[in-house]
Amino acid sequence: MYKLRATIIKDIRTLTRDRIGLALMFGMPILLVIIITLIQNNTFELVSKNKSPLLLCNRDTGEASSELIQAIDKIGMFRLLEVSRDLSDKGITDRMHAKDALLAVVIPSDFSSDVSAKTRRLSSKALNTFGLKGDTITAGSGIADPVTLFYHPILQEPFRRSVQGALYSALQLVESRQLLKSIYFSINEKQLPDSLENDILSNKISINEVPVSRDGSRSVPNASQHNVPAWTIFAMFFVVLSLGSGVVREKLNGSFIRLKTLPTNYLVSILSKQVTYLGVTIAQAIVIFTIGVWLFPAMGLPALDLPSDLSGLALVSVLCGWCAVSYAICIGVFARTEEQANGFGAISIVMLAAIGGLMVPSFAMPDSFRTIMKISPLHWCLEAYYGLFLEGGKLKDVLPNLLPLFIIVLVLQFITFAGLKRKNLI
Amino acid sequence: MYSSDAITNKLPPPDTHFAVSIGDCTFNYPGQPDSFFSHLDLQIRAGERFGLFGPNGAGKTTLMHLMTGLLPSREGCIRLLGVKIEKHKKSINKLFGFVPQDFSFYHELTPVENLEFFGAWAGLHKQEIRKRTDELLDILGLTEVRNKPVQKFSGGMKRMINLAIGVVHRPQILFLDEPTVGVDVQTRHAIINYLKELNKNGTTLIYTSHQLNEAEELCERIALLDKGKIVAHDDLDKLLSAHRQDGLEGLFLKLTGEKYKND
Repeated sequence: MYKLRATIIKDIRTLTRDRIGLALMFGMPILLVIIITLIQNNTFELVSKNKSPLLLCNRDTGEASSELIQAIDKIGMFRLLEVSRDLSDKGITDRMHAKDALLAVVIPSDFSSDVSAKTRRLSSKALNTFGLKGDTITAGSGIADPVTLFYHPILQEPFRRSVQGALYSALQLVESRQLLKSIYFSINEKQLPDSLENDILSNKISINEVPVSRDGSRSVPNASQHNVPAWTIFAMFFVVLSLGSGVVREKLNGSFIRLKTLPTNYLVSILSKQVTYLGVTIAQAIVIFTIGVWLFPAMGLPALDLPSDLSGLALVSVLCGWCAVSYAICIGVFARTEEQANGFGAISIVMLAAIGGLMVPSFAMPDSFRTIMKISPLHWCLEAYYGLFLEGGKLKDVLPNLLPLFIIVLVLQFITFAGLKRKNLI
Repeated sequence: MYSSDAITNKLPPPDTHFAVSIGDCTFNYPGQPDSFFSHLDLQIRAGERFGLFGPNGAGKTTLMHLMTGLLPSREGCIRLLGVKIEKHKKSINKLFGFVPQDFSFYHELTPVENLEFFGAWAGLHKQEIRKRTDELLDILGLTEVRNKPVQKFSGGMKRMINLAIGVVHRPQILFLDEPTVGVDVQTRHAIINYLKELNKNGTTLIYTSHQLNEAEELCERIALLDKGKIVAHDDLDKLLSAHRQDGLEGLFLKLTGEKYKND
């Protein structure tokens, strides 16, 4: 036991004197968590809170286009910047290149007459179908000039699709209103009363959004809840840069020969590294969670809500840290140079993070990846953390994620042991 | 000559006559079909100052690694103080100390911290380590820098630390692989004098070096190696007179040839 204690003290001393290693293990992940959360939070707010500027060029002078503008405004997603109806398409795109707005809508000059013609045609068709005498359907192509949506290429597909959906909804509302008025007039030969129009067209049924949680809470997950656990795991696994190369360095430098000639098994050194770096990973988790809880609100970011089951959080963190340390030691035992350990370690962690769903949510992955992701320890770490942070679960709820993680740890330990034996290191 | 408490209960009683006994030893490097050592025999008496010499690639370090169990022999038997090293791999390590040619310690740590760690690995207890650390740092003139990181030390001071760690557990046999390489004359004298002092107190010294003047001063008996073979093995004085040579350098060139060797 004294040998293990002395070795742990030696490892802590060498670790705390390695400033670059400490910066890599603490500074970089903290920066990463803050930057990613800031960016993601901005993206969330772009969709939910902030209004995107939208250039609006209304080349029509009729009533329908005014109604469309009102409907677009009511969506609440956009800050409308009306431009002159004489502004050309090139003028509009030039302003978009100047980043005045990333979106622009051009309402064509015949929009109101086209909508009116379309609704009269549909109204007559409907009345005829009902067995009533409608207006004679005038011949015409029935194809109206489209409303044009210009978008800047930097806008991502999901946001563009949500804008498109919102515009379709506004168009639908304008057309429905016109159609309703036309049918009412054809039947009653008088204008549709405003109150009835409102009753029919206003959407009275709202959508109640309920986040599914195990503890019944209805707090809406935010960027901090998503990002802090994910990038904490990433930070833990990045100890490979310090630990993996540390194992290689020890193998390559003279001290290893000395260790082999002393009456102590090298497993003591491996065990000491596990204990020391497990402490490092736990410290990383504590520091990053603390930043999420205390520093994020001061930076204008949503605060991290810690799970109610703190003992569950502690156990999940310990297991995630142990897995990260086991992976790093395994890399260190098999790598022949520090460059191999650092290169393979870093790239493999990024790959395992991508596969594991840290970068792209697992539900958005192709089916073929659903099986592959299960071999990534980071996936099980993330699932366990999300079970606590997002779903409000307790330890028993995340045990199904901890079991595969524990098995991966055992496999990594076995591979390490076999590697040490094969290389005659123990 | 040897205190029984230094030898663990796991080991058989020590042979006090031979410190090292190599019998019919054959060794191959992994993946190489030809034997580097073939049926090698060598005895080193307990308490003597023994030198292993030879040109580059002759096998001095390989032989030292075989004697310390760092490399396994394919055939034959190697005993330290009569104990087979293959049978008692880890427990036998208490009997000897090893001072490798490379600096074998943690450069980020201070001399005290290095000795604390290696002392613990050598099986010493906390109190013993403290006492021994003070003693060694005093003898080797490192007391003033005891709490400074070794990475800031001169080459000579690092050699001293390398030596101190090798003897922290008072080994009965001390293997030294070029312990004075790259140091100034004063440091070399200090190291050689300390080694002689250790030997007076009963420690067997097994030593390699390319510093032949220093070797003449230190060694009583020598073995000359060339291409994995022992070409001469006897008392230094007897070898010099038998080959009518004034010094070790002449003997070395006569027995191993004057051709440049760098394999």
